Amino acid sequence: MPLPFLDEFRRSEHVHALMDKLEERAGRLDGPVRIMEVCGTHTMAISRHGIRQALPENLRLISGPGCPVCVTANTDIDAFIEMSLIPGVIVATFGDMLKVPGTRLGLTQARSLGAKVQVVYSTLDALQLARDNPASTVVFFGIGFETTAPTVAAAILEARETGLDNFMVLSAHKVVPPALAALCSTPELAVDAFLCPGHVTAIIGPEAYAPVARDFNVPCVIAGFEPADILQSLAMLCDQVADGRTEVELQYKRGVRPGGNPAAMSMIDRVFEPCDADWRGLGTIPGSGLAIRKDFADHDAALHFEVDVSYSREPRGCLCGAILTGQKFPGDCPLFGKLCSPDHPVGPCMVSSEGTCAAYFQYEI
Amino acid sequence: MRSDGRILLAHGSGGRMTQELVEQLFGKALGNPILDRMDDAASLEIEGRIAFTVDSHVVSPIFFPGGDIGRLSMTGTVNDLAMIGARPLYITAGFIIEEGFLLTDLEKIVASMKEAADEAGVQVVAGDTKVVERGAADGVFITTSGVGSIPSGVSISGSNARPGDTVIVSGTIGDHGATILSRREGMEFEAELRSDCAPLGGLVENMLAASSGVHVLRDPTRGGLAATLNEIAFSSGVDIEIDESAIPYQGEVRATCELLGLDPLVLANEGKLVAFVAEAETPAVLAAMKSNRYAADAAIIGRVAEIESARPRVYARTLLGSRRILSMPTGEQLPRIC
Repeated sequence: MPLPFLDEFRRSEHVHALMDKLEERAGRLDGPVRIMEVCGTHTMAISRHGIRQALPENLRLISGPGCPVCVTANTDIDAFIEMSLIPGVIVATFGDMLKVPGTRLGLTQARSLGAKVQVVYSTLDALQLARDNPASTVVFFGIGFETTAPTVAAAILEARETGLDNFMVLSAHKVVPPALAALCSTPELAVDAFLCPGHVTAIIGPEAYAPVARDFNVPCVIAGFEPADILQSLAMLCDQVADGRTEVELQYKRGVRPGGNPAAMSMIDRVFEPCDADWRGLGTIPGSGLAIRKDFADHDAALHFEVDVSYSREPRGCLCGAILTGQKFPGDCPLFGKLCSPDHPVGPCMVSSEGTCAAYFQYEI
Repeated sequence: MRSDGRILLAHGSGGRMTQELVEQLFGKALGNPILDRMDDAASLEIEGRIAFTVDSHVVSPIFFPGGDIGRLSMTGTVNDLAMIGARPLYITAGFIIEEGFLLTDLEKIVASMKEAADEAGVQVVAGDTKVVERGAADGVFITTSGVGSIPSGVSISGSNARPGDTVIVSGTIGDHGATILSRREGMEFEAELRSDCAPLGGLVENMLAASSGVHVLRDPTRGGLAATLNEIAFSSGVDIEIDESAIPYQGEVRATCELLGLDPLVLANEGKLVAFVAEAETPAVLAAMKSNRYAADAAIIGRVAEIESARPRVYARTLLGSRRILSMPTGEQLPRIC
């Protein structure tokens, strides 16, 4: 199977030419520039391809809150784990959640205590699980951003249409633009530019970042995930900073269309409504979450099961919150690589395949 | 055998049905003069130093493109023996079978074992069968042990890597792991992936005949190339630097990994080896490898270096020319969320 796109974006001479271009553009800058890569997939790509080490000295990449597992607050994780312990419930989740430590216990421990925990690869698998187990209630953990929300909305719609009453969702979905605004309002965080997520923007469209660029004077470039994409996007950001422009530019033209994906957005709107959401590290951000609309209350696990998570708290000594907001680097955390490692994670950033600490642990330190 | 074509608990009882199963299914497919004696233990003639190993196989799904659990059980054990330079000779096999398992499937598995054993030049000389209640196992589990003889003068070990050695892989990486992942429930998609499942005893013989400069051999099974290189770096107390662009991959494997957000360097291989070879001997070893059908795509992917920091490390030279750590993989590989 030839991979013409991939090979093109990873061709050595192409990438080195882009590196030279980036050096030249960075040379136009007056001082050091801090660029936040918002998306966890970007963080992993940057680490995996050794981009951070190859950057011009005056450019610094800071990892942002773009890992869906990492930003999920412990109260939501604990609620899901509590639901897994209810007799007759099967919880379904993407694999990354398995090893995330909750306040009292994680899902793997819950499973060893008899909880029925099923890893699924798509929401369709979770629907099938509900079909195959009519005597149980399947609760799917809806986490992630605008990229995953449409698939969960589609699953809820299908459950409604096919009368699958034993399929429910615990929604902890989040939307990206309000989080960027919250980050820009954080005085300690001096971010000069955003490398914006390609996948999320394919759904919401580039226009969604216009208020951030305008209100906070922060240049935005929507980037693809190949090394060539990232290098070119960084050069575009350097140009904006050097020229004093604050615009939303689209580098990832092959993946994102102006206006995004209206069909996916309308599916989100049909099933979800905006709500305030708790973000790990950022606290409660108004309008940054997606709650299941009352019309679909039959499929809302939060309404169906009352669980007590008053004991919830963030892990002691863990700096995941500060790392997610770019205020600390993984190496700043006293637990990093000592008490906290992928085999024995203390915080979610060390667990998730898109987590900043996992990326640094695996590739950089 | 009145069992409606399925394994019954009585097949593991030690009585008549066990005898029938052993004679009519296992004995018929795997028979040889040693096994046919049906003694409690096999009486074997082996010269020189002995290599002895054991491996359990619990793969899901049991049948996959390029092989099945039977072939895997033979090749895995043969390869474990070959990786210390031994000539694989004899294998024993223990079966734990779930009640209700189809006899036709068991026949297919045993036929694959026979085919792989013949290909590797080994004999199955003893076996054991247990049947467990439905739900207590996932179809069939196979445990194999193997013995082989180590020719005099051969000294291959994971602790033998020396600075300056070249690192060679015998072919494309990640084929088995990608195939198995693509066939898991809920993950089935169209890609022409095939496991590389193959016995490598002959390849090792070719390599050792070509040169005495082979220091380390290892088959990168679970944990893939990343785990294997880290184990060797640690055992030998050296750093290893590999060039990412030199690692051979099949297009399908790369595409699958890109799609699912997986790293092919941590995917399992069942028909590949990594060799650490003295620099001067590399051309001879590489030529010998390429002449073997299981190593036509063999490639030099890196070098061993003096240890740089407090602990041994594996580094990967990236496309950009920068250097990143290739760390020991942790946990199961799972696809990304978005």
